[in-house]
Amino acid sequence: MRLQEEIRQFIVDTFLFGEDGGLKDDSSFLEEGIVDSTGILQLVSFLQDRYLISIEDAELIPDNLDSIGKVSAFVRNKRGTFDFEQEAAQALVPEPA
Amino acid sequence: MNGSTPFSRHLLHLNPELEVDRICRRIRELMLSQVKRRGLVVGLSGGIDSSVTAALAARALGTERVLGLEMPERHSAEESLRLSSSVAGTLGIQTVREEISDTLESVGFYRKYEDAVRQVVPEYGAGWKSKIVTSGITASATITAFSIVVQAPDGAQLKRRLPFKPYLEIVAATNFKQRIRKMLEYYHADRLHYAVAGTPNRLEYDQGFFVKLGDGAADLKPIAHLYKTQVYQVAEYLGIPEEIRRRRPTTDTYSLTQGQDEFYFSLPFDQMDLCLFGKNHAVPALEVAAALGITEQQVELVYRDIDVKRATTRYLHLPPLLVDRVEWQEE
Repeated sequence: MRLQEEIRQFIVDTFLFGEDGGLKDDSSFLEEGIVDSTGILQLVSFLQDRYLISIEDAELIPDNLDSIGKVSAFVRNKRGTFDFEQEAAQALVPEPA
Repeated sequence: MNGSTPFSRHLLHLNPELEVDRICRRIRELMLSQVKRRGLVVGLSGGIDSSVTAALAARALGTERVLGLEMPERHSAEESLRLSSSVAGTLGIQTVREEISDTLESVGFYRKYEDAVRQVVPEYGAGWKSKIVTSGITASATITAFSIVVQAPDGAQLKRRLPFKPYLEIVAATNFKQRIRKMLEYYHADRLHYAVAGTPNRLEYDQGFFVKLGDGAADLKPIAHLYKTQVYQVAEYLGIPEEIRRRRPTTDTYSLTQGQDEFYFSLPFDQMDLCLFGKNHAVPALEVAAALGITEQQVELVYRDIDVKRATTRYLHLPPLLVDRVEWQEE
């Protein structure tokens, strides 16, 4: 599964009871009430555990975490040249916590 | 707000005598017309809000119809009991003291809390103290992050950001305190055929700074319409002891002293009051910023945070929701 699809799946499963309801890649989580501040904590924990990245306080900003597109770009940037498609082919994607 | 009035702290000044008369009249009306109980129980914390609520209740109904409940536990601040006793003595109301540490112990609070903290600070244990703090939002456009500050027995402190799971477990455990206190308030209210007065001020009520079925539960909330700075004005008029009026607002919930502005509000209460007032009256951020001596961008961030908190805590205000309307209920 591609990175962006995997993040979309996590958001839909975790916060929308599995119904994406027209969720776009640039829909603002906070402004559209999809994810609240506690939900952002859950998202951050998921990203750190799933992609083995460390997210610093200064990186907790809407530009990094407020939409599927922003989260995907942020993770991709944190992971550098990591090949997500290759990794996805090799690893079973865990269920969200 | 009058459009020609310059925005300043003076906009929150009220006539305490008139306001106290109005609140007391309304308490009596509500007790007679809807609540239909003979008096009020007020949980006394030694803080300004519960002191003012108790004073208003005593003035509205008579001192003999108000019971002050003191409910300390082992993490309570040392001065809380002294201050709550002081205000009860000043008001002339009866008090009952219910120490809740044993109840908290029996529901596993202390163990659950320490287990949750140990997920981020493995060495945490007996003799350590802690509190939760937020990152705050005014330094930059950050999303609120919560950290735990722990203090070792030797006084050394360290701070760690809380991941999702331990954060929720710490808050869930801590909410036992407010819910056990409320259970005791209703016990005493039931045995006396009294009702329970809640103590939130406007900032707390508007921004959802309360525990559902904990301190959020009450039959009436006499100061929920007053900005915190107005509560202080009323407190002075009512003769609340000066030490209580000068004390920094704390949550008195964690073993380390925690200011409300460390945990929940973006700014100290006097600045939050003006931001909330400004937002409620559609005052441009630039005018509020000038009155507070902060930047326009900071005020805009606070305005946005007010909206976010209103949205995310809306469920705290909701009654249980029904699938269908039940006919006898009022609209």
